Amino acid sequence: MTGWWPRGLARRHVVERFASDTLRAAGAVLFASLIAGVVIAALGFSPVEAIRALLAGSLIGPAALTATLLKTGPLLLTGLAVALCFRCGVWNIGAEGQLYAGALLATLVATRWLVGAPAVLVLPCLILAGALGGALWAAIAGALRVMRGVNEVISTILLNFVAIQLVSLAVHGPLQESAGAYPQSDALAQAARLPELARIHLGIPIAVLLALAGSFLLFHTAAGFRMRAVGLSPVAARFAGIVPERQLLLTICLAGALAGLAGAFEVSGVTGRLFESLSPGYGYTAIAVALLARLHPLAVVPSAFFFGVLEAGGGAMQREAGVPAVATDLVKGIVILLSIGFAAGVGGVRRVGPVARAPTSLSGPQADGEVL
Amino acid sequence: MEALLEAAVRLAVPLLLAALGELIIERSGIINIGTEGLMLCGAFGGFAIAVASGSVWLGAAGGGAAAACVGVLFAYFVVVRRADQIVVGTAINLLALGATGLAVRALYPGMAPVSPTFGTVAVPLLSELPVIGGALFRQTPYVYLCLLITPLLAFALARSRPGLRLRAVGECARAADAEGVGVSRTRFAAVLLGSLLAGLAGSALSLAQSNTFTEGMTAGRGFIALTIVIFGRWRPGGIVLAALFFGAASALQHRLQARGTDLPYQLTLMLPYVLTLLVLALASGRSSAPADLGKAYRRESR
Repeated sequence: MTGWWPRGLARRHVVERFASDTLRAAGAVLFASLIAGVVIAALGFSPVEAIRALLAGSLIGPAALTATLLKTGPLLLTGLAVALCFRCGVWNIGAEGQLYAGALLATLVATRWLVGAPAVLVLPCLILAGALGGALWAAIAGALRVMRGVNEVISTILLNFVAIQLVSLAVHGPLQESAGAYPQSDALAQAARLPELARIHLGIPIAVLLALAGSFLLFHTAAGFRMRAVGLSPVAARFAGIVPERQLLLTICLAGALAGLAGAFEVSGVTGRLFESLSPGYGYTAIAVALLARLHPLAVVPSAFFFGVLEAGGGAMQREAGVPAVATDLVKGIVILLSIGFAAGVGGVRRVGPVARAPTSLSGPQADGEVL
Repeated sequence: MEALLEAAVRLAVPLLLAALGELIIERSGIINIGTEGLMLCGAFGGFAIAVASGSVWLGAAGGGAAAACVGVLFAYFVVVRRADQIVVGTAINLLALGATGLAVRALYPGMAPVSPTFGTVAVPLLSELPVIGGALFRQTPYVYLCLLITPLLAFALARSRPGLRLRAVGECARAADAEGVGVSRTRFAAVLLGSLLAGLAGSALSLAQSNTFTEGMTAGRGFIALTIVIFGRWRPGGIVLAALFFGAASALQHRLQARGTDLPYQLTLMLPYVLTLLVLALASGRSSAPADLGKAYRRESR
């Protein structure tokens, strides 16, 4: 009857854990909104008006809801990328750069290599190119870590800046539109655009499916078990015959592929062109998405939706209530602090067991580096 | 040439101050990727107080103080709650961007006003020196602050008791604790001092390099400060050279852009990051980084 359930884990246990995690996440969101509301009020804006404008611009009516879902898609994919990496103890701060790398390669395929090709050929190639671009970009950081012991926090941050400049270089040079007026690529041909389903592009349902797949991978396959084992303790994993280096490389490439996919979907499903500020920092918000989801791939879906609401509603809040959209960054920051800062038990002792989700080795990138 | 050198030093100063602050924090074993946010708080605090009081000096002090307050928040989560340092740093960046962006629109509806700014002060005699005179001795007070604190910090880290304690905590917190050095106290103090310097660096942006505050005006300089620390191999001398190199690179880039050469400006923007990656890849990265960098210290798990 409960064949798909992990052996040795009572269903009651899982339900309780689910309830407590959901409560914690909801508490973090509510508390963060409350603090932000107080700050907004203290600065002389109307918090009621701000929230009304934010919700109206993100949830009420088909146009607003579409805007929110379009923001949810990339947040979902990059959030998934961050969650998988953190689970394996890999500090990937580079989802932003991987997104741009994926978008760059996908645009290259669509506007230079496969011009005029039919949709059956160009769409799969473009999607694969996006995943490949992101994976390759992430592989640089992975290889530097495994071969040269370079801390991946630093290398992924650096690679973000390099990727953004590379895209800028491309749209000013080799990939610039043939009209030559603006720093942007040619418009993608209709065959290279993702089909739309009920006002949203195909990439969003694919992203949800990938979250399901990620959850299955992490909790119901041997590969996912190895990833989690390395995240919890690289030393113990090595004793069990797992090679942490290999897991690290695999995980960061997989994450890069997901983030790269987000870039390809943006170009092919939303903007139709590549340009400099393609992403409003999705790759950084992804960290908040993953932490609010307590690093669970399925929980990334509602978490990404919440940040999608902020992203889409922020603009409306600025236009209609005069509260600058950056106020949403304040909410993101507080949500992160509440999700991680208070995840540890009282007195700073990390609770052992499944509740404290962050792998212990996360706190020391250099520490497990010695083992690797 | 002399003008280029002068511009290089001027542009290097905020980077150097922030990097020295980051150095202090990292030498205590804490990795702070929130420098960008701390600088932003310093830039805004400095600007707001200078506008309100009409005094640039009060402004600079206010910038340092504003960042130090945010530093307390960072230290609370990282040192007291032992939350993950990378994640808290990311949160600080987002918080600072949101809070300063909100505050500037709330305090100055419409357009942010023009603040008083630091003028250049020429040091008698020394400013007449050939080549380096203008670059080092006909500058804003921030340059003289750097000339003062860099050797001071180098000496303190190498010779003084607090400096040695700081390094001991960063290299091996457990051994330092066994020797009676308060690990949490030292790290808290390091974060405070480092945030203060980052805040001063931010105020240099709003009070010396421009005369106003704009949303997100640090534009990634906090991350450049982070790479300068690595590039400078965690040593004050190396950091000065690295900051000058980065300053010169951006001075050169401005000049190339103004002349409209064919060389794409993105290449010069990319250069510092690519070089740092190369340095990290070629030198075995760990040898000069503090050994306990990034590790939370739990006394009970000794």
